[in-house]
Amino acid sequence: MTAATPNLDRADARNAAREARKRKLQAFLFVVPLLVFIIFAFVAPITTMLYRSIHNPTVANLVPETLAALAEWSGDDMPDDAVLIQFAADMKRMANDRTSGKLADEINRALPGMSSVVKSTARALRRVDDAEIASNGATLLKDANDRWADPATWRALKAAGKPYTDSYYLTSVDLERDADRSIVQRDTQIYVKLYTKTLRMALIITLLTVLLGYPLAFYMAHASDKMANFLMVFVLLPFWTSLLVRTTAWIALLQTNGVVNSTLMALGIADEPLEMLYTQFSTVIAMTHILLPFMVLPLYSVMRGIDQSYMRAALSMGSKPLGAWYKIYLPMSLPGLSAGALLVFIISVGYYITPALVGGTDGQMISNIIAFHMQTSNNWELAAALGSLLLVIILLLYWLFDRFVGASNIKLG
Amino acid sequence: MKKHLTLLATVALLASPAVAQDLTVTSFGGAYGAAQKEHMIDPFVAETGVNILFEDYGGGVAEMKAQVEAGNIQWDVVDIEVIDLERACAEGYLEVLDQSVLPDGDDGTAAADDFIPDALANECGVGNIVWSVVFAVNTENGPGPESIADFFDTEAFPGKRGLRKRPQVNMEWALIADGVAPEDVYATLSTDEGQARAFAKLDTIKDDIVWYDSWSQAPVLLNDGGAQMVQSANGRIFAAIKDDGAPFSIVWDSHVYDLDVWAIMKGSPNLETAMEFVKSATRTVPLSGMQDVAYGPTRKSAQALLPESVKQDLPTAHLDEGLKADGIFWADYGESLGEKFNEWLLQ
Repeated sequence: MTAATPNLDRADARNAAREARKRKLQAFLFVVPLLVFIIFAFVAPITTMLYRSIHNPTVANLVPETLAALAEWSGDDMPDDAVLIQFAADMKRMANDRTSGKLADEINRALPGMSSVVKSTARALRRVDDAEIASNGATLLKDANDRWADPATWRALKAAGKPYTDSYYLTSVDLERDADRSIVQRDTQIYVKLYTKTLRMALIITLLTVLLGYPLAFYMAHASDKMANFLMVFVLLPFWTSLLVRTTAWIALLQTNGVVNSTLMALGIADEPLEMLYTQFSTVIAMTHILLPFMVLPLYSVMRGIDQSYMRAALSMGSKPLGAWYKIYLPMSLPGLSAGALLVFIISVGYYITPALVGGTDGQMISNIIAFHMQTSNNWELAAALGSLLLVIILLLYWLFDRFVGASNIKLG
Repeated sequence: MKKHLTLLATVALLASPAVAQDLTVTSFGGAYGAAQKEHMIDPFVAETGVNILFEDYGGGVAEMKAQVEAGNIQWDVVDIEVIDLERACAEGYLEVLDQSVLPDGDDGTAAADDFIPDALANECGVGNIVWSVVFAVNTENGPGPESIADFFDTEAFPGKRGLRKRPQVNMEWALIADGVAPEDVYATLSTDEGQARAFAKLDTIKDDIVWYDSWSQAPVLLNDGGAQMVQSANGRIFAAIKDDGAPFSIVWDSHVYDLDVWAIMKGSPNLETAMEFVKSATRTVPLSGMQDVAYGPTRKSAQALLPESVKQDLPTAHLDEGLKADGIFWADYGESLGEKFNEWLLQ
């Protein structure tokens, strides 16, 4: 008997372990669809985006032989004529394949103004025969444009030919490498300013939604059920209306001869129409309206859970209403406030459609520039770098928030 | 077996929208699009039974570039400004067309002689219209600006100026307003100093500019008071005056004239049908229909069909006041000036 017991136990343990493994596997199988979805819809795109912001093999693929020939070159004076001849042959091939435009775009990013040089050279070399290029390619190249006689051009080509680069991140913070490869300020300073403007606007919008949303949520939480439900419809109705419709409604309200201006002028408050549409002002107003539910809903659900007797106790012990609110109610509603503020702030930092429609040029945010580089200038690498930087900034802000407020202090209800 | 048939039928039903859509033609919409639909699209559909999806775009090469680079060609035929054509053709977004298959003019002239020379100058396109970028004012506001210099004079002529959000034409106008002779404009713009000079001139009116993205927005802006004067394609203003009785007036000073051509997207899956459409749309009668929106036809035989009363409204009657848009310049500088322009906008 005594000998059999441990055997039995061991078999039991094996069975139990097998059972547990099976349950774990079953549980895992349940989340597999979600996992696959997250990997395909979230992890993979973000990883490719991060990778694209440092990896751009376009030039390396277009002119591999020229780049191989340039590898030996010191970079101080002009490269050998053999390199120039090789490049002239590459140019002719690209002009006929119609891929010279791609090369022009890429070199132009390394050295602004080069796009026109590459394109006009490609046009000039397109119909020249191969023997002429083999014997006289270097001269042909320099005749087509004298910038091919400048070592800086070749340094730019060599730099653009590296498949891995930090230049897109440098551009994102308004820096660039000069001819000596040292980091300097760019001539035009735009992106840092845009990031600060985006963060500032997001902060203003968050503050406005707090100012408008907190009293509303407070009132709703303490009103009768009937009244609260009635008000809730007004909070949710815009939430369910198409974003485009709500934004377009603001255009109708704010435009030069729109509702707001005609009312102001009819009342004699303004003599001529105020400029409200296509400014930062209109972006902030429209986004505050659109994001208000994200503030009201978590605040309301947290406030509903606060026991009213605490406030009554404080008041009955002689505290002033404002003091009681500050000492008792505010700390208890803070989780809802944190959740709402974080939601509104993070959503507005990456907001795109409303600034695009009502922001004009003044109200553009960083996401609009990312979209510009994705859709119009087709500079996907820069768009990826700008997007990754935005992601880093948001993570950083979340970390700061966690340090000072505490992520555990967030409650949606 | 029956089950299989049902399945097949379902698959066929699901697939049918793609099959029914024989050709996607893309142009600029508005009054111009309406004229093209009446004189080019509808007759072709009636003759051949081909289904056409007629779409709008805002010009530029970005969308073509994206389609070709992604290998996902959604458009077949596209109406493109010559200012963008050189670039689109050189960068491989358009098919090279066989211009020898174009039909003779209705008066029997061979196509090569019937088309004006600029219309067939680029191997990727067949000329469609001669049109022009002008600016227009609303005459209800009293005496308005009469020259490009006035357009840039915010003291004498206060108010908003509507401009299309791109460097093309705006850079040219800035230099002309700054005193550069029209024939030197593109040479000046080729230099860094010239570009800086154009941006400096644009800076003087930057706060008074309303930017728009598509030609069809220009008459709207002028009409609803969003701008006191707008840059526009001449036909849009002409149509607003003629069809809606709008109190607009066109200023021809320093207008920048250009051609629009029909071109075919590189890698279009419907290449043959697309070419049939281009051949059909650029025959004498369809081209002469473009007079509805005051655009000059690119065939001499079509020009001959126009009544005298229409001719003075066409860009061709004002060529001596204008500047020919330089497609080669914009092929070379479109990309770099486009990025510089955007950075200038954001400053």
